[in-house]
Formats: sequence, structure tokens, C-alpha cells
Amino acid sequence: MNEIALMLGIFAVTSVVSYALISRVPQRLHTPLMSFTNAISAVTVLGALLLFSPATSAVGFAPRPTAIEIGLGAAAIVLGAFNLVGGFAVTDRMTGMFKR
Amino acid sequence: MTSWQELLIDLAVIAIFVGGIAQFRTPIGARRGNLTAALAFAIALALLVYRNTIGDTAVVVVAFLLGGGVGYVVSARVDMTRIPALVAFQNGAGGGAACLVSFVELTREGAELAAVNQVFGYVGLVVGGATLAGSIVAGGKLAGWFRQRPTALPAHNLLLFVLLAGGAALAVLAGPAGESAATLPVAGVAAASLALGALFAVRVGGADMPVLISFLNTFSGLAAAFVGVALGNQMLIAAGAMVGSSGFILTMVMARAMNRRVGSILVGSQLAEGAPVAPAESEPAADPSPAQAAENAPAPVFDDPAVRARRALAGATSVIIVPGYGMAVAQAQGEVATLASKLEAGGKLVRFAVHPVAGRMPGHMHVLLAEAEVEYDKLFEMDDINDDFATTDVAIIVGACDVVNPAAITVEGTPISGMPILRAHEAGAVIVCNLDEKPGYSGVPNPLYDDPDTILMLGDAKETVPQLWGRNGG
Repeated sequence: MNEIALMLGIFAVTSVVSYALISRVPQRLHTPLMSFTNAISAVTVLGALLLFSPATSAVGFAPRPTAIEIGLGAAAIVLGAFNLVGGFAVTDRMTGMFKR
Repeated sequence: MTSWQELLIDLAVIAIFVGGIAQFRTPIGARRGNLTAALAFAIALALLVYRNTIGDTAVVVVAFLLGGGVGYVVSARVDMTRIPALVAFQNGAGGGAACLVSFVELTREGAELAAVNQVFGYVGLVVGGATLAGSIVAGGKLAGWFRQRPTALPAHNLLLFVLLAGGAALAVLAGPAGESAATLPVAGVAAASLALGALFAVRVGGADMPVLISFLNTFSGLAAAFVGVALGNQMLIAAGAMVGSSGFILTMVMARAMNRRVGSILVGSQLAEGAPVAPAESEPAADPSPAQAAENAPAPVFDDPAVRARRALAGATSVIIVPGYGMAVAQAQGEVATLASKLEAGGKLVRFAVHPVAGRMPGHMHVLLAEAEVEYDKLFEMDDINDDFATTDVAIIVGACDVVNPAAITVEGTPISGMPILRAHEAGAVIVCNLDEKPGYSGVPNPLYDDPDTILMLGDAKETVPQLWGRNGG
């Protein structure tokens, strides 16, 4: 249960801090902000990678992932990587276009 | 599981992520912040690979390169007018990944998930699936695959409720806590969540898209956070929380700029109230100036509007340009930027006024004009420039309707009544470069068009805007 408390704490603190920071982002940066946070939400790709790691399984001897699990896990990685790389790349492109 | 050192390192990486967000104040800072977060991500990825043995390396690497490669190429080549659709699709991909990860985690053979993890696994599955389907619908609408008008089914709300309840029932059926769930019922839950997201998004139309996209953005963050709880991974939780906050803020900003409640936008209540959506159905009551309409004898036709417009501009010392979604559709941002620099070369003060909901996503106009190389300190937010219209000689509206519709102030009971607008009508003269005189998305006719002092340059803005500086105009 300690772990759950820790996780909730991390969720709460990060939410509050990001809320405070993001409230002050000017309107002109809203589109890059959205593609930027979009890229961050691709952290699920880390979760997808963990699917390929037997260590996450609670039982001592994790069975090898089945073909279906591998397929779905790979699909998750493809989607996550698309979101991740694409999100950072397009944000970089957009923010680079702004000229004073 | 998590040792002290590992936790500290994780928190440090999370702090770098937050540091990236903190730099989103100026465009230069935003670019640095983006790279900062990308670096944090690379560290997180390296840590994960270092701490865990990843099997099936070939599959993992190929999948990563494939997704990342396609993502990079699309992002590098996409046209800035297509950004809202791209962001929607990227968002959907994130949701899809969350959905798949939850699915495998729940059904994995021999898995022993604690009840808490299992519950969050289901929540991640549903939220991720709904985000995926909702984003595909939203992206499809924005890319022009489906019509942008809202589509409501009979008993739409009931249907949403049935899907939600059915999904929950299936989740219970799937198996008790502590065991891996049966695949079929979990697949049913996933299917229900997809249907839920799609149904939710079809009901939101055109100009309400900025709210829907922001809302889906929130959801993709929450999905990541829920998956993080299911997997016991702090990085996912923290990142999800950041994205959730950001999406929430943007949703609120957009709704406030329309003077509407988020809930009513997302359940399409505007439609339910029978507000005119198609121009043909527009209510006569929405016309604020019967007197004006009465004497609506054809406005002075002896002059070509382009000639009148050029004459108005020639005598002006200050000009405010109001861009709208129509500018994006016509891809006229380059012409608008040229117009601005020509007017400036003539010694005029030229500024841009951008309504928060102009376009199809938050900040859409700023990105388009940045691409066209308009300096960003010429772009002003509504509250900073609205009082200046009254002292400005000419306002040029390019592809905007609802956000400059004075009926929002003068008429009660329309869908846009009370919505803050850019008061372009207060300028000395108004030039309108819109495609036609039809009402905007709200369906409320714009009395500005009937004003004899308004110079209407109807047609494709790519053609009409250049006429303002003399090309094609004679």
C-alpha cells in the first residue's frame, strides 16, 4: 500500500506543479504546448517496453510472452514511438518557425 | 521493488521533464524546453533498458524504429494547415498504446496483479481506447475525411451509458483480482471503449474542435498515468499528470473563450437546443438590426469592392488584421503576411488580433502566421488589442466570422450570445475577405456583412487578399 500512496503522491504533486507552470504559457504557444505534452504522453511506450521484460511479472518464473502478447506489445511500441518521435519533432519544427 | 536510489533517480528525471515545461514562456524557451524533455525521455528510456532485461530485442527495436521513423517523416513534412489533424492522430496513437499495454498486462498468462493494479489497468484500457477512437474521429474530421458537422444518434446519451455499463460488467466477468483476466471479456471491454470514444467525438463539430482536441489531450495523459499505476511505474504517472494538467487548462481556456461550459460543448447541447447549424435554418430573430435590414437597399455598388478597399487602406495609418479558420482553409497565410509587410512598407501600423478559438485548435493561427514569417510580437491576444479597434482606421477580416460577430454582444439567446468577440466592427472601416456571406459555424448571421460601411471581398482569400495591394485588381 506504501507504493500506492507514493504513486498517488507523485501524481498529485506533478499535477499541481504542472498546472501552475502551464497556466502561464502564452496563447501563442498553445499549439506547440499541445504537441509537446502529446509527445510526453507517449511515455506509455516505456510501459510497452516493460511488456517484453519478464521482470515485471510477479511470479518467479515468467513464461515467455505468447505470440499474441508479442504482437500487441509491438503494436503498442509502434504507436507509442510514432507519438513520441513525431510529437517532439513537430514541436521542434513549430517552435523554430516563430520569429520575433 | 523500488529501491531508494532508483526512486531518487526517477524523481530527478521527472524534475527534468518539469523543467522542460517551465521553459514554455517564449518561443525560444519552448524550443529549448522541448529538447529538454526529449533528453529526459532518452534518459528514462536508457534507465528502463538498463534496469530490466528486455526480451525479443529484434521485435522491440524494429517496432520502435518503424513507429519513430514514420512519426518523424510525417512531422517533418506536414503542412502547417494540417497540424490540428496531425496532433489529433498523434494523440490517438498515445491512447492506443496505453490501451494495448493495459490489455496485455491484464490478460498476460500467469500474471498476478493486485486488485489495485487490475482496476487501474481497466481504467487505462478504457481511457486509452476511448482516446484512440475519439482522436481518430476528431483527426478524420479535421483532415476532411468526414464532415465536420456534429452527428447525433437517437438516444445518444443512453447509448454512451450502455457502453460504459456494459464495459464495466464485462470487466467484472473477466475474472477475479489476483489472476490474469480472460482474454475475450477484456477484448469486449476494449471494443466498448473504442465505440465510446468514437460516439463521443462524432457529436462534436467544426468550431468546437479546439475543445474536443484539448479534452482528448487530457485523456491521453490520464491514460498514461493509469497505465503507470497498473505497472507501478512513476515515470508514466508523473508524465501523465503533466499532460492531464495541460489538457485540462487548455480545455478550460477554450471553453471560456466561447463563454460556454465544457460539458455542454462536449455533449453537443447547442444542437439539442435546436440552434441553427445550417445557414438555411438561420432564425430571423438573430438579426439584430431590423432597421438596417429594412433599408438594406443594395449597398453602394457603383464601386468595385477592391477599389474601395484599396482606397480605405491608402488613407489609413493603422490596420488590424483578424485571421480565422477560413485563412487556414484557403491556405492564405502567405498572402496575409505579404499584405502586412506591404502595408508596413507604406508606413502603416499593422497588428494582428487573434481570438483564442480562431482555427481548429488552441494557438492554430499563431503557428500558421509564424510559418508565413510574421513576427510574433505583432500578434496580439484578444484582451490586449480589443480596446484598440475603436481607434484603428481599418480592420481586415480574413476567414473569420463568429469571433467578430457583433450579434454576440447585441442579440440575446443565440448560441454565441455572451461569447467574447474581437470588436472589429468598431474600426473606422472593415474589409471582409471571407469566402461567402454565410454565417459561421454557430449559424448566427453576422450583421457586419449588412453594414454599408463594410467592404465585402467575397471569394477565395488567396485571390482576394492580393487585390488589397493591387494585384489582379485593376
